[in-house]
Amino acid sequence: MNRRTIYIDESPIRFERWRKYLPSWLKRFLPSGGGNAEDHHGKAIFGFIVFLLSESIIFLSFIFTYVALRLTHSQHWLPPGISGPQLSTLVLINTVVLLSSSLIVQSAENALQHSRLNQFRWLWLLTIGMGSYFLIGQGIEWSKLDFGLSTGLVGSTFYLLTGFHSLHVLAGVIFMVTMLVRSFFPGNYHQGYFGVSAATLFWHFVDIVWVFLFSILYLWRD
Amino acid sequence: MTHEIRETAPPNEPENNWRQYFKFNTDHKAIAVQYMVTAFIFFLVGGLLAMLIRAELITPALNVVDRPLYNGLFTLHGTIMIFLWIIPFNAGISNYLVPLMIGAQDMAFPLLNAISFWMIPPGGILLISSFLLPNGTAQSGWWSYPPISLQIPPGQPINGECLWIISLVIIGISSIMGAVNFVTTIFWMRAPGMSFFRMPVFVWSALSAQLLQLINLPALTGALILLLLDLNFGTQFFKPLENGDPIIYQHLFWFYSHPAVYIMALPAFGIFAEVLPAFSRNPLFGYRSLAVASLGIALVSIFVWVHHMFTSATPSWMRILFMFTSMLVAVPTGVKAFGWTATIWKSKLHLETPMLFAMGGAAMFLLGGVTGVMLAAVPFDIHVHNTYFVVGHFHYIVFNTITMAIFAAIYFWFPKITGRMYAEGWGKLHFWLTFIGANLTFFPMLPLGLQGMVRRISSYDPQYQDGNVISSLGAFLLGVSTLPFIANMVGSWLYGQRAVNNPWHATGLEWTTTSPPPRNNFAEIPVVKRPPYDYGNPKYSVIEPTESDEQRRREIWER
Repeated sequence: MNRRTIYIDESPIRFERWRKYLPSWLKRFLPSGGGNAEDHHGKAIFGFIVFLLSESIIFLSFIFTYVALRLTHSQHWLPPGISGPQLSTLVLINTVVLLSSSLIVQSAENALQHSRLNQFRWLWLLTIGMGSYFLIGQGIEWSKLDFGLSTGLVGSTFYLLTGFHSLHVLAGVIFMVTMLVRSFFPGNYHQGYFGVSAATLFWHFVDIVWVFLFSILYLWRD
Repeated sequence: MTHEIRETAPPNEPENNWRQYFKFNTDHKAIAVQYMVTAFIFFLVGGLLAMLIRAELITPALNVVDRPLYNGLFTLHGTIMIFLWIIPFNAGISNYLVPLMIGAQDMAFPLLNAISFWMIPPGGILLISSFLLPNGTAQSGWWSYPPISLQIPPGQPINGECLWIISLVIIGISSIMGAVNFVTTIFWMRAPGMSFFRMPVFVWSALSAQLLQLINLPALTGALILLLLDLNFGTQFFKPLENGDPIIYQHLFWFYSHPAVYIMALPAFGIFAEVLPAFSRNPLFGYRSLAVASLGIALVSIFVWVHHMFTSATPSWMRILFMFTSMLVAVPTGVKAFGWTATIWKSKLHLETPMLFAMGGAAMFLLGGVTGVMLAAVPFDIHVHNTYFVVGHFHYIVFNTITMAIFAAIYFWFPKITGRMYAEGWGKLHFWLTFIGANLTFFPMLPLGLQGMVRRISSYDPQYQDGNVISSLGAFLLGVSTLPFIANMVGSWLYGQRAVNNPWHATGLEWTTTSPPPRNNFAEIPVVKRPPYDYGNPKYSVIEPTESDEQRRREIWER
């Protein structure tokens, strides 16, 4: 009695049944039914996205600190004689360079997907150059400002947010240089493709964070 | 016990490969043992600090340690027990069980796994070494509220507070990397046929706990970075005299540190869900509700942190809102407690040591949980704020529930981990000493708090002495109770009786492999055909697959 075949798809929500209608980027987050252990690339990208989501919470906590301090201490925000961060041409050019590098890095990844290795290298190098340009521009902006790290809340928060973001840009540049160097060693790219995908994702992440930082640091006027 | 699962003859003696535990090893089972043993060593250190605190509190006067040292003792006791005992131990037991339970050969990222373990000992040693500094350790409690935590002698960039922050950041990064690893493992490494609703509840709770780590731990890391900048680099985020706002630190800190309690408790709930069915020979009651309740606890616990700040000038609408959400946690937690009770209801209990620890822990969780709901009510919370009632409640959760669950897990999976049986009599002795000691230590704290004894003081009003003496004696009993445990573990691992593959006749994939499991866990990747916890269920226990495994594998791969 009670002999019957137990099918795989007995879970009440039946992930497998409606999973096939999902777009592929969403499928990555809803693997079900097991048997995915051999998909090393998908696994690694999934882990990296999870890490980036976690990393974004640190930025969120800093942004929360900035917004909360600025809202509750608006009368003490700028110490006497300090004008705060200015939306100068330098900052605008920097922003345009950083945001457009997102397109370049994406086309570099596409080039690698279509096995156009040399095109990938040139576009990748261009992205590295744009990232470095942003870092130098950030340094020049810091040197021109009339306040330091301990000049009131404006100094603390401004250098915290831009500094932490610049650290990420630096990490992205180092990451991309590593991948560029690795591309010259034969045999790396049949499995090394993950590094390029991860670096591309990381670069998009850095850009998106900059959009938020740019809005709250330069566009927010009291 | 029923014998629906055939026993296999004990295999030969396991080869003596203790060296694998002392080197950089990427095997998740070796890393798990490294985590658990390291965490237990830190547990002994933290327990020693606790006994020093209790020794000071036997008499109302200040007579054992001086005040700065006393501050350092309770600060490091809390920090070590949370960040170096329970959280690493949970990472260790999850490391051992998650790949085995879902039928994987290893974690998703074995190298990352090893790196996250090897950040724990340096972090812990850095923290404890601050006792050697001329000004001593951090003294502002485990939550390190500014401005108290910023009050250090000028001109000392290396101080206890600074070391405390750095070591917590190191341990936090290790936890985040571990959480990335666990979540990816559970999503991607499941064996064919292991759908989400065939995962054991332990895997569900580990998943919920690690998701909380990912979402909430970065807020603490952010807060600690800001605190370090304030402490050593002249910024003004949290300095009230320079327009900074210390309340923001409290928000960021509790945004992590309240869910941290669930990060610690959820794996314990998962352990109860594994041990209770095995020793009552009943299927786990309400498997699906218990699985989803883990996620429910995790989700609700993200929105409760302000209940730690009811007295921090919190506006009243916020108090009401967070009182509501905090009490809401009791709903999924209640589902869990009812599930455990219904599992052992009307069954023939086998009272081996793991079951004793699990039942003791689940029973004392009742008191811990009820006092928690009491504390969530704003008027009551304001009355007992900063008293020993909070300390008693907290220890009923972290010691009497979570640490008891941890001991249950150690005894339950000891045969699987080591391939040898522990000594049952010593285990029972350990249980009774722990159970009596824990209640003696932590129960008097509840009435003491209601009478108004303030926490974190080294000398107190003589009217509170009776409760404190009982509590201190209980603490020393707890110290004694670790001795039979250590003797049992070391002795059994070296000379214990050889364990069979499934000594408890438990279900679950981890019991289908050898004890201890081979390097890749399973001789071949298992194909899962049954739900978990089918104890004594004829529907499942006599099932013979009508299709061949190969055909079933193809069926799964066609998606």
